[in-house]
Amino acid sequence: MSNKILSKVSLITAYTICFCLSLTGPAMAQEPIKIGFVASITGGASFLGQPEKDTALMVQEWINKEGGVKGVPVQIIIEDSKSDPSQAVLATKKLIESDKVVAIIGSSTSGESMAMAPICEAAKIPMISMAAAMQIVTPADEYKRIVGTFESPRVQRPWIFKTPQTDTSAVEAIYAFMKKKGITKVGIVTVSDGFGSSGRNELKRMAPKYDINLVADEVYGPKDADMTAQLTKIKTSGAQAVINWSVGPTQVIVTKNWKALAMGMPLYQSHGFGSKQNIELAGGSAEGVIAPLGRLVAWNKLLTTHPQYKVLSRYATEYVKRTKAEVSTFGGHGYDAIYMTIDALKAVGPDKTKVRDFLENNIKNWPGTGGVFNMSAADHTGLDLNAFEMIQVEKGDWALAK
Amino acid sequence: MGKNNYLKLLVMAAVIAVVPLIVSGDYHLSILVFMGINCMVVVGLSLLMGYAGQISLGHAAFFGIGAYSTGVLTTHFGLSIYSAFVCGILFSSLVAVIIGIPALRLKGHYLAIATLGIGEIIYIIFNEMVDLTGGPSGLSNIPAFHIGGYPFTHSIQYYYLVWGTLWVILWFSLNLIHSRVGRALKAMHGSEVAASAMGINLSAYKIQVFVLSAVYASIAGSIYAHFVSFIAPNNFALMNSIMFILMGVVGGLHNIFGAIMGAALMTFLPEYLRVFKEFDILIYGAILLAILLFMPEGFLEGIPMLYRKYFKRGDA
Amino acid sequence: MDLQSQIIQYLATGLTLGSIYAMVGLGFTIIYNATGIINLAQGEFVMFGGLIMVFFTTTLGLPMFVSFFITLALTTAIGMIYELLFIRHPSKKKAPMMTLLIITVAVSIFFRGIAMFIWGKDPYSLPHFSSAKPIIIGGAAILPQVFWILGLSLLAVILMNLFFNRTITGKAMSACSVNRVAASLVGIDASKMVLLSFALSATLGALAGASITPIALMEYDRGPMLALKGFCAAVLGGLGFGTGAVVAGFLLGLIESFTTGFISSGFKDATALIILILVLFIKPSGIFGSADVGKIKKI
Repeated sequence: MSNKILSKVSLITAYTICFCLSLTGPAMAQEPIKIGFVASITGGASFLGQPEKDTALMVQEWINKEGGVKGVPVQIIIEDSKSDPSQAVLATKKLIESDKVVAIIGSSTSGESMAMAPICEAAKIPMISMAAAMQIVTPADEYKRIVGTFESPRVQRPWIFKTPQTDTSAVEAIYAFMKKKGITKVGIVTVSDGFGSSGRNELKRMAPKYDINLVADEVYGPKDADMTAQLTKIKTSGAQAVINWSVGPTQVIVTKNWKALAMGMPLYQSHGFGSKQNIELAGGSAEGVIAPLGRLVAWNKLLTTHPQYKVLSRYATEYVKRTKAEVSTFGGHGYDAIYMTIDALKAVGPDKTKVRDFLENNIKNWPGTGGVFNMSAADHTGLDLNAFEMIQVEKGDWALAK
Repeated sequence: MGKNNYLKLLVMAAVIAVVPLIVSGDYHLSILVFMGINCMVVVGLSLLMGYAGQISLGHAAFFGIGAYSTGVLTTHFGLSIYSAFVCGILFSSLVAVIIGIPALRLKGHYLAIATLGIGEIIYIIFNEMVDLTGGPSGLSNIPAFHIGGYPFTHSIQYYYLVWGTLWVILWFSLNLIHSRVGRALKAMHGSEVAASAMGINLSAYKIQVFVLSAVYASIAGSIYAHFVSFIAPNNFALMNSIMFILMGVVGGLHNIFGAIMGAALMTFLPEYLRVFKEFDILIYGAILLAILLFMPEGFLEGIPMLYRKYFKRGDA
Repeated sequence: MDLQSQIIQYLATGLTLGSIYAMVGLGFTIIYNATGIINLAQGEFVMFGGLIMVFFTTTLGLPMFVSFFITLALTTAIGMIYELLFIRHPSKKKAPMMTLLIITVAVSIFFRGIAMFIWGKDPYSLPHFSSAKPIIIGGAAILPQVFWILGLSLLAVILMNLFFNRTITGKAMSACSVNRVAASLVGIDASKMVLLSFALSATLGALAGASITPIALMEYDRGPMLALKGFCAAVLGGLGFGTGAVVAGFLLGLIESFTTGFISSGFKDATALIILILVLFIKPSGIFGSADVGKIKKI
């Protein structure tokens, strides 16, 4: 009997202690402006969240060195969602309630962002997601309306924005390029996770707009080791080109399988391919692969007069110097989100509603890493297929595709 | 049920009612909501594994069936939340019976593998039925829970919903354990041969407990869906099934309150480890290993055992 | 591409995947036979095999031949440390089967944490063991690495068979798994045998990991999926029957490949699992096992 009471008491005591400990926090001298930053730093999407976190830390330093927002320092409070929507929800709630941030940036994946959005809407706090799905910024019924068509949405969720290009734009960039080359029959192979299935939806939805006929539609899992069987099927389907939609090692495996099979048709990758590491890991089989990439990847091939050149060159060189890692488009999404927020804060001050209005109305011809942004009430992404450059792998490096 | 258990239930009810007065804020209450949801599933597992001596390595599938049933029925078909909940429970029970009848004839490792395989198959179904479930991209915009037309807007409402339901589940389960059914289960766990020699219909009891644990998981999943408003197949995969079992084992499977302790600990720990940023996974794994190695009977029994071992020297 | 070439292509893919599953399944079986434990951290041995080889070959620049054997040795050491630290103590205290199973899960999480700490979350590649140029056989393009994978796996199986059936230590291990008490009565040190079983399992996993990395890359969290499939192979072949696990592993790989090719890629994993479930419901001792063989637990 006493053992049981002991355990009950110990539970309640431990519990209470834990809570009290988690409720304490340091008091700050001058109240900085706080921005909440949720990213998938660990877990399955950490390849997104890690560069985003590194970018946030770097940008925070820059901003404060340059005087913060009108002299007030900026504090970016970074939380790890562990690639889990429930954790993203908890992190968001903590940032809103305990840390009292003025805006939320995050998270790295579409699923987590979808879970976070209703919370930010209810709390009337602007949220800039670093994930790509159209559904993040588009209300459900508007999304349902356009699903069978190749239209763009006309209504957006008032408090939610995002900085990555929608995969629709990447798909359109590929299809427009293919149409110019006279390709009409295409085989697609996609990974069965959020990124892949969203890409697959868009590939199917947009094909009629560019007179493209999908003659094969294969899938594979994120941890699969060999996609030769799927590619063999595409080889026999009469396709003139094959499109792979995934991020992570499977992009490289598909590339290697494609080369080994001598498929006799070009391989197009998604905008997730934009990392030199993929070319290296593919060990030579990536020659000739074409992908729609954000200009961050090949920034040094741009003219210095390009509107994005200044932003890209500074971010790329500093990021590489600081992290000794390759520059990442995902980190770039974080960069764009933070700087948009900073511009808003500098213009209208730490008022959530005013920041939201600024984001919707005043981000015009805004050069970021992802492209030149034009936000509006009907478009909380601000980018279209021109945010991409069609890039081809040539002699182990990026080159503009012909 | 025994005076002891009535007392515990009463204390628990008091604690449940009082905690929101100490702990305020949507964030902290949200942690408690997740804890309660996990507890529900683990209580069912405790009955199945601790008392009836069976194994299920695929229980996240039932959690998922509850979540997807209510999610799909409310978003795609506009059903009311209550009807959707009930449908979820019915559907989970049906699946549990269909799986249970052949699977529960297996024992030990084979049962574990069968449940693991079935859990995986259900996960694949969630992933592939894109038109219904949204596939890997998930199902979003699941409406908030509501009572009489008033939707829940704050975690505290979900808190009472979850912990109130959990309390009822506990009351029901404790009653079950101390009834003829419970004694039959314990007999079964002790020796199936002896139990069936005494006239206990093994398969009937096994299936009943299996279905009951599936129903608990289903209810938990349904509440989860409405609380987070977004679900994806990733939340209902093998790792999640294993996490639930981990919660049960860490807390102690042979005692229902152990289930609560385990769920509480493991929901809590990641939040507390947030401060360690990336190292938290390593520390998490290390803590789990420590508990499993030094307190194999679980935390609930383990703490008093350690106390006795180290502090009460010279005891008989 | 005509039907014959397709079939040969799918055959090659199936056998490639199959040999990995076979190695994992065999590893499961060896530990199960010696201890009765199902080691859900089996996939992590494969992962370590790949990543450690990457370290010695790419980072340190050693010749592949040398790093291959160092990798096997190191991963074997990891397997032994695993047993000594995490299995010995609970086994002695007669922890229930479920707890031991969960311990292996916790170790899997822990190993992944360590791998992530050392190598990060990035994927890594290895150069092909010989040439990277595909060989054309009957219209199908097959990489030379595939033959390495198949060859090494078959060699491993043959060596295991010889070990368990022809050497004293191997027979001692078999004796241990049949009846531990009787084995110790004739002077066999049961705990040494348990240690050895973990060591051998780890070696097999490392072999699989090192040989598949040139084709499929390797990263810190590849383990669980491989463990699941290898586990299925072990059960399909009859839990406790090593050669059965190997054959079932190859079968599983072929089923996956041909399902992708001729039915649908979406359901390839489901097909293998459904077959597993059906086998369990109809004949739990597996395709090649029988109730007696299951009890005998032989390789």
